[in-house]
Amino acid sequence: MQCQECGKRPATLHYTKIINGEKSQFHLCEVCAQEHGEAIPGWNHNFSIHHLLSGFLNLDSTGQGSEEGLGPRSQVLRCPTCGLTYNQFGKIGRFGCSDCYATFGKRLGPLFRRVHGHTTHRGKVPARTGGKLKLRREIEQLQLSLERCVQREEFEEAARLRDRIRTLKQKIEEQA
Amino acid sequence: MSFEQFMDKAISEWMKGNGPQSEIVISSRVRIARNLDGFPFPMLSTSSQAKQVVQRVYEVLQEDLQNLPEFKNARLIQMDDLQDLDKRVLMEKHLISPHLADESRHGAVILSQDESISIMINEEDHLRVQCLFSGFQLEEAWELANRLDDAFEQKLNYAFDETHGYLTSCPTNVGTGIRASVMVHLPALAMTGHINQLLPAIAQVGLAVRGIYGEGSETLGNLYQISNQVTLGQTEMEIIDKLKGVVRQVIEHEQRARRQVMERSPIQLEDRVLRSLGILKYSRMIDSKEAMSRLSDVRLGIDLGFIQGIQASVMNELMVMTRPGFLQKYAQQRLEPGERDVRRSVLIRERLSMENAH
Ligand SMILES: [Zn+2]
Ligand SMILES: [Zn+2]
Repeated sequence: MQCQECGKRPATLHYTKIINGEKSQFHLCEVCAQEHGEAIPGWNHNFSIHHLLSGFLNLDSTGQGSEEGLGPRSQVLRCPTCGLTYNQFGKIGRFGCSDCYATFGKRLGPLFRRVHGHTTHRGKVPARTGGKLKLRREIEQLQLSLERCVQREEFEEAARLRDRIRTLKQKIEEQA
Repeated sequence: MSFEQFMDKAISEWMKGNGPQSEIVISSRVRIARNLDGFPFPMLSTSSQAKQVVQRVYEVLQEDLQNLPEFKNARLIQMDDLQDLDKRVLMEKHLISPHLADESRHGAVILSQDESISIMINEEDHLRVQCLFSGFQLEEAWELANRLDDAFEQKLNYAFDETHGYLTSCPTNVGTGIRASVMVHLPALAMTGHINQLLPAIAQVGLAVRGIYGEGSETLGNLYQISNQVTLGQTEMEIIDKLKGVVRQVIEHEQRARRQVMERSPIQLEDRVLRSLGILKYSRMIDSKEAMSRLSDVRLGIDLGFIQGIQASVMNELMVMTRPGFLQKYAQQRLEPGERDVRRSVLIRERLSMENAH
């Protein structure tokens, strides 16, 4: 398969992107992919999502100058901890510290939806520091199993699950 | 150093080619990204902060992890202490990233003795825990990475929030921080041309595929890497299971293609793989592109029974050891590309003759 951009080199990067809920396929050679500022994340691959980001974050349309120098400081969205501004984040495609997430919070939703198709974490929770969240996740799982048991009229098992859920809820209250 | 000694030191566990389905799957890798709370990400950390991160991680290694059997004789290597050539060799073995080698501030790596565990410190994130196994062992790699992560978390406070999960420097890693990948050898699909339909199909289900070892747009040795792209909003097991399912299908397609080629043109196939073996055995200069494609042929020839008396793992080893960094390390000097071609053919012949001798 040839690269859809230049039609000359073989396409080695194949990926699908979801843009406004619609799937688009891309078949690019490495050179054209680089020029798009995109490449596939993977090992040994320094990939830049610069363009992907800057086209997507509604960056300050007046450009770089205004943010750093001319504009009133209060209007610049800047992480209080590491000093990274939202515009800088858009340009380099990297957060500066963990507080950047809270600082840029609401604006990040569309970006995460585009890259991951989701905005909320559902995976692992730290065992030691993630205490309450871990319990809440477990309760959610148990509640799903409980519903299934009730549907199948497995009432003994359902009662057992209900007890377990009650115990976990008490645990959460104790921690509060 | 004798060739045997050099070999002995050069081979990582993942290159031994002995895992499940190793006739098609070369290696399985799981990498998780973690950051420490209270430190800026490595991109913005000061020199002293970066040193502190290495120190914290090293303490945990010494106090806790070193009691785990996996970490017996583990070593911490600081990038600042390494020669460029040694960094290249670690890169060619997939134990460190180019970013850690060339761009990190006080970057370091912890390597387990068999090199199936590599923990990068001050890469793009504070911690990159990587487990790399030979053959198709994705779940095993995840289980080990998960266990190591738990061990670290006992002592380190991770940057984590309920909505975004594990916070990473790059938004493409956030959430689970997991990147799972499988390296597959697909020579028959390349011969039948079906690879051109297969790769876009894999991309369509949201996984990334790329050729490896190629420069620019090339793919060398019919080796491909398939990995997850989504890290947020799915559980680790969902991510692993999906990749596993797709790789299983890829294996089936490759097996079917191998049967097809065997039925349709057995003599052409036998001719091709034996010619390639001949070139590896008798050439006196070989560039890396040709070496990779001949090695791919010979590996297929071994898998299909046309070539006997050579272990399949020889090909896995040589694919890594014929890279420029390795060649120069073995020669103990810088080599121009033309000289490398000569040395490459010598190294291949030495390795093959070792095989015949046993
Ligand atoms: Zn192109
Ligand atoms: Zn910040």
